[in-house]
Amino acid sequence: MAEAAVDAAREYAVKTLDVKKEYVMGKQTLMALKGVSIEIKTGEYISIMGPSGSGKSTLFNMIGGLDKPSGGKVYIDEVDISGLDAFELAWLRCRKIGYIFQTFNLIPVMTALENCTLPMVFAGMSSQDAMDKAADLLALVGLGDRIRHKPLELSGGQQQRVACARALANDPAIILADEPTGNLDLKTGKEIIALLRRLNKEKGVTIISATHDLKMLDVSDRIIWIRDGRVDKIERRSDLDLEVGSLEGEEA
Amino acid sequence: MPVDAKTQAGIRRQIKLPNREAVKIALRSVRIRIWRSCITMAGIVLAIAFLTSVLTSGVVAKSIQQTAGGATAEGGDASIQIWLTAISLLVCVVGITNAMLMSVTERYREIGTMKCLGALDWFVVKLFLIEAGVLGLVGSLVGALLGFVAGLLAGMSQYDHVLSSLNWGSALLRLVLAVLIGAGLTVVGAVYPARRAGRMPPADAMRTEI
Repeated sequence: MAEAAVDAAREYAVKTLDVKKEYVMGKQTLMALKGVSIEIKTGEYISIMGPSGSGKSTLFNMIGGLDKPSGGKVYIDEVDISGLDAFELAWLRCRKIGYIFQTFNLIPVMTALENCTLPMVFAGMSSQDAMDKAADLLALVGLGDRIRHKPLELSGGQQQRVACARALANDPAIILADEPTGNLDLKTGKEIIALLRRLNKEKGVTIISATHDLKMLDVSDRIIWIRDGRVDKIERRSDLDLEVGSLEGEEA
Repeated sequence: MPVDAKTQAGIRRQIKLPNREAVKIALRSVRIRIWRSCITMAGIVLAIAFLTSVLTSGVVAKSIQQTAGGATAEGGDASIQIWLTAISLLVCVVGITNAMLMSVTERYREIGTMKCLGALDWFVVKLFLIEAGVLGLVGSLVGALLGFVAGLLAGMSQYDHVLSSLNWGSALLRLVLAVLIGAGLTVVGAVYPARRAGRMPPADAMRTEI
């Protein structure tokens, strides 16, 4: 596909400029983000780290077009998303961004296959094409033999794999993963991280993940630390002096 | 899927949810919660059965009187029946609204997920309305048949030759009318819950822990 050309055309998958977000709770105003400016290049694997309450999730919602900033600008593929109307935002969420959640968020009444076809149905793809592609994607994430299973018949790790396949359905430019390993045990978490890394390399999709999980650091190109609504520091993996290996536990 | 190289022009407007897919998704939602769907439907069945039985007894009485050549003499009795029927229908609509509101609350996360995957407000509204329409249609059909039989039986206990003298055209017309009223009212009752579901911001929907 034309990925190389696209890379050249769009250097930054995500850019935020002095993004602020305040929540009004009664008489109190809470500044969740106090001006965050970050640039994420196409094809990067980024981890956003920070303690809970640091504004990590808020920033994440801004980047995903799930919530609007109170100030500043968010660019996805060089388009300022604060200027988009509801129809355009839905289009953006459908085609440009794939979401992976801590709680998997598969539709419980649908099979793995149907869950994966849903974004393609929303994108107007014909039913048969969508099914074929969903089956391919499920095979890609290693669930080729479980496409007819409902989410509750799958383990947590398998559900998250379905979510990964679903996130890829419309060939998004970005995958946003919110604590993707938060509900998984050590080994399954590592498998999901490895899967995300592989998708990042093979498909050239930009991955941005909000996480507490130190295992994530090892595969990230850069780590953005958020603290108290601001960017605390941005590290490249090569600069990391963490002994990640010792945190990983035993090999299976 | 070709990737658009243009940036600004690359953004388009999301518009599609083919009816066939929408019906499929809505039917699946009904089927998976079949027990609760049945309870919701029971309200419609009862209200429409009542409506149909009242309408049918009216037709039976009229048919008998026409065959017998007598004058029609229904008075205050009919207006009380109209009131009772209207109230039962109203109760039915309120029941539907309540059941759908609970269904929306229960599916916050599902709705949020769909919106994250690119569903427009309108898609969600459409799914809920189709679901209500299906419940309403099935419930009304069952109710209308039950009510029709009940009306005939009531007529038979009062008069002779009910079946032979019955004006079938007129009775069937009322049956269809009752089904349409039932399905229509169910959809009306679902409008508010569906709109509430549709308007939910995806971020809020994701945050809700249930």
